[in-house]
Amino acid sequence: MDLVPSPSQTIGPFFHFALTVDRALGCLAGPEAGGERIHLACRVLDGDGAPVSDAMIELWQADAQGLYNQPAFRGFGRLPTNEEGCCVFETVKPGRVSGPEGVLQAPHVNVWLFARGLVKGLCTRIYFAGDPANREDPVLALVPEDRRDTLLAHPDRENPGRWNFEIRLCSGSETVFFDI
Amino acid sequence: MDKVIPYRRPEPGSQPDYLYEPYRSTVRRAPVRPLVFLPHTLSELSGPIYGHHAIAESDSDLTRQHAGEPLGERIIVTGRVVDDRGRPVPHTLVEIWQTNAAGRYRHAKDNHPAPLDPNFSGAGRALTDAHGIYRFTTIKPGAYPWRNHPNAWRPAHIHFSLFGPAFVTRLITQMYFPGDPLLAHDPVLQSVPDEKARQRLVSGFDIQVTEPEWALGYRFDIVLRGPQATPFEE
Ligand SMILES: [Fe+2]
Repeated sequence: MDLVPSPSQTIGPFFHFALTVDRALGCLAGPEAGGERIHLACRVLDGDGAPVSDAMIELWQADAQGLYNQPAFRGFGRLPTNEEGCCVFETVKPGRVSGPEGVLQAPHVNVWLFARGLVKGLCTRIYFAGDPANREDPVLALVPEDRRDTLLAHPDRENPGRWNFEIRLCSGSETVFFDI
Repeated sequence: MDKVIPYRRPEPGSQPDYLYEPYRSTVRRAPVRPLVFLPHTLSELSGPIYGHHAIAESDSDLTRQHAGEPLGERIIVTGRVVDDRGRPVPHTLVEIWQTNAAGRYRHAKDNHPAPLDPNFSGAGRALTDAHGIYRFTTIKPGAYPWRNHPNAWRPAHIHFSLFGPAFVTRLITQMYFPGDPLLAHDPVLQSVPDEKARQRLVSGFDIQVTEPEWALGYRFDIVLRGPQATPFEE
């Protein structure tokens, strides 16, 4: 007999003392992980453009070879946003992951966003601006062309190795969120 | 390449919609554009093996985390984590957090004028066993006011966070207590359209779980999404 999955409920504003005490979770890749080390700065803004300072972001990614769950590479990260709506993860740039019908996906990081006012988590992906593989990515191809930019992290001009990604909620120019 | 078996999608009404105006904070945070349907790839079907190390016994007994015992009604909360065909989800991380007996969180931004309890933090974690069973000892949380609407009160609840085997099985939810008159007035619970789905979030008092001379027992089973049946299984 089939069971109905338990409904989601908001994370609320008071999760920090339970879920985000361990700031080591800001690092997805141990020192032994191969690949190009990067900082991934995420910023969350609400429908008025105001920072969302009570969100939690979780990242899930493949290693530099495009493989998930490798012994030397946890690939999971979790941080709360600060008063500016920001948090900065340390990781390596992911490799290309296998996709449908043998097409490789472009390097990407999978995102869960949880916050007060979100009755369910929001799922999005971070791609890397300028990566030629983006052109053939089967998931980006599903996104209306004029919204694909919302899924791109951009290199920070002042800090080499740092990429900035903005998550905009609740507006005509909001980030693309996925129904998974 | 990899043959992937996608997970089943939720039935209409069984999960809340992002916009639910009675819960006011949804209005400036819910998406306004349609979500993009994403057929599952390896990225959605894989998931972290996280939290399997360094779980201490006191992590699942919230009454044993300080020098003294917390105030309040001692309870046991246990249940099975299964997928949507009733198969156990073993060895997955369950994290919980809650107020103390007076309805106050140990959180800098909780300014409800109720006392903190020096012997209660309100955070716990446990792994499900091989049969998908988890178990916490804690105290019954209190109701607390919030500013959603005039005279708004959250019913007593325990927040739950679970991973399951895949990125798509991630679940954050809340457990409520049976017979609480505040349930009918709570826009957070009522954001779930379907009554049967809402009932899944209300724990049951269980005399079998109750320990004589010690603690009342509540059962709270959790159902995570499961993979579609393969043609062979059908
Ligand atoms: Fe709460």
